[in-house]
Amino acid sequence: MDKGFLSRQQFPALYQVLSKAGYEVIGPTVKDGAIVFVPLAGFEQLPTGWQEQVSPGHYQLEQTAGQRCFYWNTGPQALKPWLFKPEQHLWQAEQTAAGLCFRQTPEQAQPRAFIGLRGCDLAALNIHDQHFLNGVLPDPYYQAQRQQLFIVAVNCARSADTCFCVSTSDGPAATVGFDILLDELETGFLVASGSDQGEVIIQQLPLAKAQTKQLSEAKQQLQAATYQQRVMPDEQQLLKLVDRLDHPQWQDVAERCLACGNCTLVCPTCFCSKQESHSDVKGQQAEQVRLWDSCFSEQHSYIVGKVFRPEISQRYRQWLTHKLATWQQQFERSGCVGCGRCISWCPVGIDLIEEAQALLQGEADDD
Amino acid sequence: MMTDLLSKLQTPTKLQTPIVATLAEKQQESPGIYTLHLALETNSSFDFAFGQFNMLYLFGLGEVPISIMGWQHDLLLHTIRAVGRVTQPLVALDIGAQLGLRGPFGQGWPLRQLEGLDLVFITAGLGCAPVVAAIHYAVENRSKYGRIVILQGVKHHNDLLWQPQYERWRDLGDCQVLLAASEEKKRKYHWRLGMVTELLALAQFDSSHCAVLMCGPEIMMLAALKQLAKHQVSDKSVYLSLERNFQCGHGSCGHCQLGPYFVCKDGPVFHYPQIKSWFGLAGV
Repeated sequence: MDKGFLSRQQFPALYQVLSKAGYEVIGPTVKDGAIVFVPLAGFEQLPTGWQEQVSPGHYQLEQTAGQRCFYWNTGPQALKPWLFKPEQHLWQAEQTAAGLCFRQTPEQAQPRAFIGLRGCDLAALNIHDQHFLNGVLPDPYYQAQRQQLFIVAVNCARSADTCFCVSTSDGPAATVGFDILLDELETGFLVASGSDQGEVIIQQLPLAKAQTKQLSEAKQQLQAATYQQRVMPDEQQLLKLVDRLDHPQWQDVAERCLACGNCTLVCPTCFCSKQESHSDVKGQQAEQVRLWDSCFSEQHSYIVGKVFRPEISQRYRQWLTHKLATWQQQFERSGCVGCGRCISWCPVGIDLIEEAQALLQGEADDD
Repeated sequence: MMTDLLSKLQTPTKLQTPIVATLAEKQQESPGIYTLHLALETNSSFDFAFGQFNMLYLFGLGEVPISIMGWQHDLLLHTIRAVGRVTQPLVALDIGAQLGLRGPFGQGWPLRQLEGLDLVFITAGLGCAPVVAAIHYAVENRSKYGRIVILQGVKHHNDLLWQPQYERWRDLGDCQVLLAASEEKKRKYHWRLGMVTELLALAQFDSSHCAVLMCGPEIMMLAALKQLAKHQVSDKSVYLSLERNFQCGHGSCGHCQLGPYFVCKDGPVFHYPQIKSWFGLAGV
């Protein structure tokens, strides 16, 4: 993969080329005190100089004098809400003179280019592809959005205090699944293509040949990001969590957990949804709607006459054992990509790594 | 990277978006329990396995998962207990009313694989449709199986659905029908007082050459599993049908998970050894 160099002054050319190619450009910006992905009117909206301070239960942005646009790691959301939408209209039912009829709600999709996705985001995307496209039924709504996706990834130049993507093998470098890959340096960007579509875009950029010094600067900052991280137990260790279903730690965490579901909302791989039926006042039209759901709600395991997981300890246990252990049997890898979102966005600062370690260190009680 | 996944065939409509089903016939089985006979818009046969389920949709109210009871005179049969927000108006529909149907979903009983074996059916409570459907199949294909033993437990004598059918099965030959009522004080002819699991002591079948098909409350199935072990029935001979919260029907919505399994797509019928380590654990 040959890398070209795009100076900081010329970086907006990427926006122009993508727009001209017909893509709506979606990228990070500062909104309501967090970095979120929105349609960009231009690269001046990028979070230049912004960094985040994160720790368990804490996320705070701060403006620095720096010129970098990607010197932060994660906001609360990246791709997930664009492909697996918080509210998805599935199909409509109509009472007509001829009787009842059903039709699938068409999914409006347009070519979209996402700027600034990280290794962890792409790993999560790959998991969602497996879930939504490779299951019993390919999800037509996800599929429509996914087909029109163009990805400009960025290698992380630093790690946040909650990052642990090195231990899940998902970062800090983005290695697969992008069309264009950037390394952000002080003076500009190293640019490489990862697909034929990416190559077409790159050809139109005013790229200089990357110098050895720039290449080694990129390598060094990536190394530095690697060293700044915490460690999640490896997948083999995590599989043992299913032998710890009676561990007292579940009760311990349940005394802190509010069952608010924040962790499942910010998690880029959580995919639970529920369905609701909405109808108009006249009773002629009805619509089936799919909404994000969380295994932390009591309703999640409800059937008539029974809730399978009435206790918070049982719901936290379901989330953690699914994410880290049984997920491996479903998708041949853990459901955790090391982004640390669930740690910083937990209102009471429950730390996934600490919980996993506590569960694996203690002796399992007999069943 | 995407080409493999995206080139997959289009999803059959009946699985993602409902097809129209028309209520052609309705019969009451007992108070609050009805069998709906549905004519499908496709006007063709409906390919399913006994033990699979459909999502039935009532206009504006939503969907419910209902086990498939059978296919008779070009109509699809569902036996439904009116217990919830959707099932109550569903069984109250008039003949000619239309509803939506998605399916069939999940794994049914492996009845073909079980040919030549003695079949032991164990059910309790009212919601035993998946097992009754399998009994129908076995009875229709009587010569393919060894002895048939039907163990059914209810609270009260009158809770038993399809009483005439049970009487007919009793006369099949090489078919034992054992009934238990747990909350009756007085014993009736052909009945025992107590739990369905106690009936196993009376059941006559070859424990080394049998298949056990169960559904009902999990606490009953757990008790039955203990009894079966005492009767030298191997775990490998046991199949059970589970109930969970099914919303999508195809392993996407995440509600029905049991350990690594999505009960709606990997079940609802499971080979017991597959789920043994997860089955019956509280809060899992």
